[in-house]
Amino acid sequence: MSMFVETLIGGLLAGTMYSLVAIGFVLIYKASGVFNYAQGSLLLFAALTFVTLTDQGVPAFGAVALTIALLVATAIAIEKLLLRPLTNRSPMTLFMATLGLSYVVEGAAQGIMGSQVRALNLGIDDLPIFLGDIMISQFDLIAAGVALALVVVLSLLFNRTRIGIQLRGVADDTRAALSLGIDINRIWQIVWTVAGLVGLVAGLLWGARQGVQFSLSLVVLKALPVLIIGGFTSIAGAIVGGLIVGAGESLAETYVGPFLGGGITSWFAYALALVFLFIRPAGLFGERQIERV
Amino acid sequence: MSEIDVRAAAEPLDSIGLKAVAGAAAAALVLAAPFLASEYWINAIIVPFLILSLAGLGLNLLTGYAGQISLGAGAFMMVGAYATFSLQLRVPDLPLPLALVVAGIVAGAVGLAFGIPSTRIKGFYLIVSTLAAQFFFEWLFLKFPWFYNGNSSATISLSRGLSFFGLDLNHPHGRYYLTLGIVTLLTLLSFNLVRSQTGRNWMAIRDMDTAAAVIGVPIVRAKLQAFAVSSFILGIAGALWAFAYLGSASVQSFGLTRSYQILFIIIIGGLGTIRGAYLGAAFVSLLPLALDWLFQYVFSGRVDAGLLQNIQKAIFGILIVWFLIKEPEGLSRLLGLRRANGGRRSLFPSSLKEN
Repeated sequence: MSMFVETLIGGLLAGTMYSLVAIGFVLIYKASGVFNYAQGSLLLFAALTFVTLTDQGVPAFGAVALTIALLVATAIAIEKLLLRPLTNRSPMTLFMATLGLSYVVEGAAQGIMGSQVRALNLGIDDLPIFLGDIMISQFDLIAAGVALALVVVLSLLFNRTRIGIQLRGVADDTRAALSLGIDINRIWQIVWTVAGLVGLVAGLLWGARQGVQFSLSLVVLKALPVLIIGGFTSIAGAIVGGLIVGAGESLAETYVGPFLGGGITSWFAYALALVFLFIRPAGLFGERQIERV
Repeated sequence: MSEIDVRAAAEPLDSIGLKAVAGAAAAALVLAAPFLASEYWINAIIVPFLILSLAGLGLNLLTGYAGQISLGAGAFMMVGAYATFSLQLRVPDLPLPLALVVAGIVAGAVGLAFGIPSTRIKGFYLIVSTLAAQFFFEWLFLKFPWFYNGNSSATISLSRGLSFFGLDLNHPHGRYYLTLGIVTLLTLLSFNLVRSQTGRNWMAIRDMDTAAAVIGVPIVRAKLQAFAVSSFILGIAGALWAFAYLGSASVQSFGLTRSYQILFIIIIGGLGTIRGAYLGAAFVSLLPLALDWLFQYVFSGRVDAGLLQNIQKAIFGILIVWFLIKEPEGLSRLLGLRRANGGRRSLFPSSLKEN
């Protein structure tokens, strides 16, 4: 029993990481209807920039500030060079454009800052904590706390500030928002910046775990099933979806994996997402009925 | 009869004659290519180019013609390659060409299975299904030694090499002609297919699925057909990639990067055109060479391979975005090979948002 609980908790904590990445997607999807494949590369880019700066001797605070400045510049460039020329094109075209964008960001980031694995120390010790006979990783616990704090900040931003309300307006009805004088291009820039910041947080946490390297950008592939399960349009959905995928993966690996030779985490989330697609295509928290033929 | 009439009547004849001559010249060039190009060019550039064209063609039938996006091209290639390996190993009596066909059918059946979700969902929800195929087969073919016959390096290669009904093809020319023959055959097949009722059904679904359903296109059947045919071609392309080009392949030869590469080929070449696959594949094969040469020339080898790879990646990304923005119909239209039919087609119109 304690093994079950331990596996479950470990999975849930890992799931908060998936949630963090998925939140970045939801933000952009809500505001511009773009399924942003480049979220993973932005995450890598942010983490890599931070590590490179601290390696050069820049203090952590300054490195964060510089990284954020760079993320803002990137968001503005993406909006001007990619989103604006592709206005009114099909979501599929936009998706493929972000696929191209991910190549640009990854190529440029690794070309300039190197592609070797970089160690990142955030000063959090990874000591196990024991609750009775259940072992929990302290690092995972802190990461989950950070994810929770981020969600609270984001929901305050969206519900209490003027920009947040504008953003929800754009998400609800783009045309109505435009006719009310909301500057949609600026909203896009802001959303991509915020998504970049979420990526920075996620990238630093993941990077501290497994080193800052190319595989960080592949986390985007874990976020897709999370979104299918939780629904593309809901931050709450992204969190719940992340937890379900995290817990499901770790339970499946422990209890089903041995019968299949192990290593099933690579596709388990996708199998789960497919099941959800058949049962509840809009996801657990999705607003819109998805298109069917 | 006036002079003008005579000229008008004579002109088509001339152009037909001209086309025939040009076609014959092109065919002669293609057939004689092994004697004109160096062995390096055949092994490292022309053969992979042909196979990538074939893979692009396969994906183009699904994505460009039927409008179903797939990120799992690599998975279906993988199935074709591993099926060929298994057949050659376990059914030694089956000659290679038949083994390729059977492997293609296996890949087609797998494609059909992973296409079933497309009857209920569409758009990027469908990406999940094809990505599931990608990850599942990468895992499957690596996890169970049966698939690679317990080989210590987990790679597959044909122990008896390539042969065509007794004809030994284990040399650059043999590999070239084998690839060329299969690619030509499947291209002709696709050419006819997209002009048949099946192909027109696919395009109707791509352009507007609701309208297609209303006029009586069997949506479910047509979509599944597209998945099956596309995977059939991809499977054969995968087998050629593994055994005619690489010689020995592993799961990594058909990873996610390969799937993206095939998708990029058809975006750059032109979605929904047969020649687009060839143009895209030529571009994808030649660009890295051109960049290599350029960097050799400009920096005389002072740029290391890792950096070059990243620069290539970034340039590819920029080109993808550029094509999507400026020329959604790809090189095919850019080169003026497409009949001017007025106005640009928008890609995937049926997935356009309502608002």
